[in-house]
Amino acid sequence: MARYFTEEHEWIDVEGETATVGITDYAQSQLGDIVFVELPGVGSAVEKGKDAAVVESVKAASDVYAPISGEVTDANAALEDDPALVNSSAEEDGWFFKLTIADKTQLEGLMDEAGYKSFVDGL
Amino acid sequence: MSDDHETAELQTLPLDAWHRAQGARMVPFAGYWMPIQYEGIVAEHEWTRTHAGLFDVSHMGQLLVSGEGAAEALEALLPGDILSLKPGRIRYSMLLDENGGILDDLMVTNVTPEGGTPTYYIVVNGATKWDDIAHLREYLPDEITLTHLEDQALLAVQGPEAANALRRVFRDAMGDLKFMQGTAFRFGEIEIGIGRSGYTGEDGFELSVPAEHAETIAGRLCAEIEIKPIGLGARDSLRLEAGLPLYGHDLSPDTDPISAGLGFAIGKRRRADGGFPGAERILGLIESGTETKRVGLTLDGRLPAREGALVYAGDEEVGRVTSGGFAPTLGHPIAMAYVASGHAAEGTELEIEVRGKRLPARVAPMPFVPHRYYRGN
Repeated sequence: MARYFTEEHEWIDVEGETATVGITDYAQSQLGDIVFVELPGVGSAVEKGKDAAVVESVKAASDVYAPISGEVTDANAALEDDPALVNSSAEEDGWFFKLTIADKTQLEGLMDEAGYKSFVDGL
Repeated sequence: MSDDHETAELQTLPLDAWHRAQGARMVPFAGYWMPIQYEGIVAEHEWTRTHAGLFDVSHMGQLLVSGEGAAEALEALLPGDILSLKPGRIRYSMLLDENGGILDDLMVTNVTPEGGTPTYYIVVNGATKWDDIAHLREYLPDEITLTHLEDQALLAVQGPEAANALRRVFRDAMGDLKFMQGTAFRFGEIEIGIGRSGYTGEDGFELSVPAEHAETIAGRLCAEIEIKPIGLGARDSLRLEAGLPLYGHDLSPDTDPISAGLGFAIGKRRRADGGFPGAERILGLIESGTETKRVGLTLDGRLPAREGALVYAGDEEVGRVTSGGFAPTLGHPIAMAYVASGHAAEGTELEIEVRGKRLPARVAPMPFVPHRYYRGN
């Protein structure tokens, strides 16, 4: 399984044709206490660079863009009851949604963990 | 408190380095770099409700208005009863334009020394202070002196343990204040003005200290076990729960004190005699009622409705949210909105539209979380 990162602070785990998407630990630390996560519906299509989810922190609402295009196959129901899971476990239990990858070439140019770390260090 | 300054124009407050050393995340606000949070908004919010928080509000404008006739001169600009405000007492009021629109909301303390020149200490919002100063300079008579206390920092200590902690530091020097009373005292070489008021709904104090000593005082206060520094994020969620309006969001020149539910700030004598800007219109609104009212709304679930969200009664648009967010103390979202008066009664079921979805909301009494001011036994 390969994990990719975007400059929009999302992570993508790719396993075969399926990808799991979430926001990074750095992103959750910037957003602060998360009180609600609005996820795309199962069966809906998300498009790279377009709104896919909304994260509501105490302070503000923030859009989360789809890092790649595809059809949503699962959304993390645990976030409904416990949105703070994104704060406590952003890169594991606090995943957002899964999708079937429409175009694998969209993964090209994304960062790996080391690349993302140096990207964040440069911010 | 809403103007967005270019980063290049941002100024720093006296405690800037201290905030950064405490681990604050600094953001631009009202023309300054200010701490939005330290350990996290919810933790800071809960700490303030259960212990005590130190808030740096040095961006706010601290003014002195003095001279023979200062009270009369202020009464020409704001609707509060200033003539009856005794030395050592604080009153909430508003600067009004000629239509009765709200230019700013503020706190006035009568700081007249015994047998001395009438003097009033006024704290105004940070984002509006320069306009307020220009307005006061234009409309106050020449014989009244306006001083901007630019070298003073302002620190608020708020929460149920604030009084105990402050008393341990300042001992009897701080006097025996009740809510909306103020005094001045010396702490070593440092002259401190103190008022028992705040913006969280909790018991608490605001301390005006010379900027050069702000770090000393902030450090000394945060050395007390009950007191932690609290950022702007929690300040906003605390004041929202307390039902307190925020200028630039819930109040503006397009709102009047009556629609805003601030009629309590217009004294009996002022209602009878008028003589403040927009008096005719405002007294008419008291008589006839207003078209809209500022109300509290509670929402079920967890999805907050933010400023700008439209409020509906069935298909009819009846209002707009002016402040909204998640209430950490209550565990659900709350909002303030201006709604048509016919839909403003407590318990009225309404809907708020958020990203195309209609969220059920109910008109609720404010404060959402009860005030716990200290009014004496």
